[in-house]
Amino acid sequence: MSIFISKKTKLIVQGITGRDGSFHAEQMKKYGTKVVGGVTPGKGGSKVAGIPVFDTVEEAVAKTKANTSVIYVPPPFAVDAIFEAVSAGIKTVICITEGVPANDMMKVYPFVKENGARLIGPNCPGLISVGQSKVGIMPSTIVKKGGVGVVSRSGTLTYEAIWALTVAGMGQSTCIGIGGDQVIGTNFIDCLEAFQADPATKAIVMIGEIGGSDEEDAAKYIKKYVTKPVVAFIAGRTAPPGKRMGHAGAIIAGGSGTAEDKIVALNKVGVPVAGSPTELPAALKELMKSAKKAAPKKAAPKKAVSKKAKAKKATVKKVAARKLAPKKQRGLKKAASPKRTKKAKK
Amino acid sequence: MKIHEYQAKEVFAEAGIPVPAGKVAATPIEAFEIAEKINRPVMVKAQVHVGGRGKAGGIKYAENAEAAKILAQSIIGMEIKGLTVQKALITEAEDIISESYVGIILDRVTKRPVIMVSPAGGIDIEEVAQKTPEKIFKLAVDPVVGLKSYQARNLAFKLFRDINQVRATTNILMQLYDAFWKVDASLVEINPLICNTDAKVIALDAKINIDDNGLYRQKNIAAMRDLDAEIPEEVQARDADLSYVKLDGNIGCMVNGAGLAMTTMDLVKRYGGEPANFLDIGGSSNPEKVVTAMRIILSDPNVRAILINIFGGITRCDDVATGIVAAFKELSPSIPVVVRLTGTNEEAAQKILRSVNLPSADTLDNVVKKAIELAGL
Repeated sequence: MSIFISKKTKLIVQGITGRDGSFHAEQMKKYGTKVVGGVTPGKGGSKVAGIPVFDTVEEAVAKTKANTSVIYVPPPFAVDAIFEAVSAGIKTVICITEGVPANDMMKVYPFVKENGARLIGPNCPGLISVGQSKVGIMPSTIVKKGGVGVVSRSGTLTYEAIWALTVAGMGQSTCIGIGGDQVIGTNFIDCLEAFQADPATKAIVMIGEIGGSDEEDAAKYIKKYVTKPVVAFIAGRTAPPGKRMGHAGAIIAGGSGTAEDKIVALNKVGVPVAGSPTELPAALKELMKSAKKAAPKKAAPKKAVSKKAKAKKATVKKVAARKLAPKKQRGLKKAASPKRTKKAKK
Repeated sequence: MKIHEYQAKEVFAEAGIPVPAGKVAATPIEAFEIAEKINRPVMVKAQVHVGGRGKAGGIKYAENAEAAKILAQSIIGMEIKGLTVQKALITEAEDIISESYVGIILDRVTKRPVIMVSPAGGIDIEEVAQKTPEKIFKLAVDPVVGLKSYQARNLAFKLFRDINQVRATTNILMQLYDAFWKVDASLVEINPLICNTDAKVIALDAKINIDDNGLYRQKNIAAMRDLDAEIPEEVQARDADLSYVKLDGNIGCMVNGAGLAMTTMDLVKRYGGEPANFLDIGGSSNPEKVVTAMRIILSDPNVRAILINIFGGITRCDDVATGIVAAFKELSPSIPVVVRLTGTNEEAAQKILRSVNLPSADTLDNVVKKAIELAGL
């Protein structure tokens, strides 16, 4: 098992005749991914690395029964490519493209949701379900089959963490990069939910960074629904404040966004945060040892549907309510697991 | 990208939002001429990319054109939070009855533009959020449906009672929302939105931040970039397609990938150094980029050692190595340079690097420690 992609993944590559598209189509095929087709308007009928090219996604899906698409087209056309893939019935779309305008993403995201599809990215390295399928640009040489699920907002930093796990003999189930943009299709919670439900995943590594409140929200989710051991790393402790965030943004995030806030939020729910990505394997081993001793007591994961439905409705009330949430939590959670946290933090 | 108040006001005016008459001046003479034309008392407002201009003495009232000229003389050239004021906006002074706050921001959680309004305007909105959060009203707008008049009106009623002012504010909110989309903004803000003694609602200040990803289709906005208001090294880096942020430390960093670059900085601090910069050479591994990156880092006199940390994926280590060798030939750095290259084409890279014989390290942690050691910290 794995999350989001597996042996059943039948992939088409949008932008397959471009420099990146053709190179990575071949890499993915070499890894064993079932790359059944590519799409470049005007290049239908040709082949790239033995992969048939179609003019439209609709045609590619009709002829190949593809269920997944990866997008390598340039930023001005990436959002249209997402619309096209979802309209053609593709249920999993991975957008690698960097530089997609956030406003375009705000418009395509509801369309993806309404059609019951999943979007990963944009501006992400994609994912590997080790030994089954690779979609995107992650180097396959650094992974090793095993039980650790890795989820990250970053690219090369993810490789660093995966490599550290591999060197320590801790293989991975699925490694996924969700992307570093402001508006992304799949967030930490979506991945945590999938990893929790995946029998092949025994433990989770989460790699976050400054900005937004995704890590804080993930911490709340972990507390409620995740029984598998989770360790984290947060990049950007030394990043100068305010350099990338507009000052009104800090208000929306309810005073969060700094590395320190995220580390505190994760520690409070018993997630150790490593001081360096190379220390993640040790932190995970430590946590798994202590987890064995304590019996799991968390509720079984409920589908996060209701949560998302709430998020959709977001109105004046919603945003106001969110501002209150962290405070409440703080009071409740003091006793979570100070022991585990201390050890991992050194 | 940030644009100046006077530029944001041009965008607002084009969208139909009422702004006071005014023009930007680069010299006291220009300030005099603009004020003379306005022929009423004016405000002289420093144009810099930082908040708190008023507190720093960058916003002053002038009774007439002569006074405007004298004030412009002192404001143009003054320093506010480390930035030199190059220009001042000369704008009609208003008699203020009330001050409100109006803003729209891209909210990453709801993935929607969120409109915020507050009757407590004219002061730092972060302060309002902290001390009196009940005075801020928010609405996450469905980006597909767009902002409806009734929604804008409901928010306008939070600011004004008078129906004419409510109507005027409703219009302003609708126009502001359109402008947000039209210019690919990540933030648009009017603080304060005032009601003057003529009972008119006017945008007294204007702030717009642009999503860099949208700039390719915003030629007019992109042309507004004020290179004088930015750090020269950061401009140089952007021209070379590098992501660079200057910091105050002593260890120069060259890394591929933003997350890894931040992590490298964090580890520099952790092991006893201070990062001199954030620098991401990006995914593609053009050797010329490495040379430019090296030049930018070396131009910082505080840097006592440089560490190069590359985890090859798309980035090929041999390309980076070629760039390092070229940089050594061209720049012959006098400070230690420590290298760690791992991943795609690592062996080829080691061979190329033999000609410059640099200290190297095998892991992320070790390259950082070594750089700090060689910097003599």
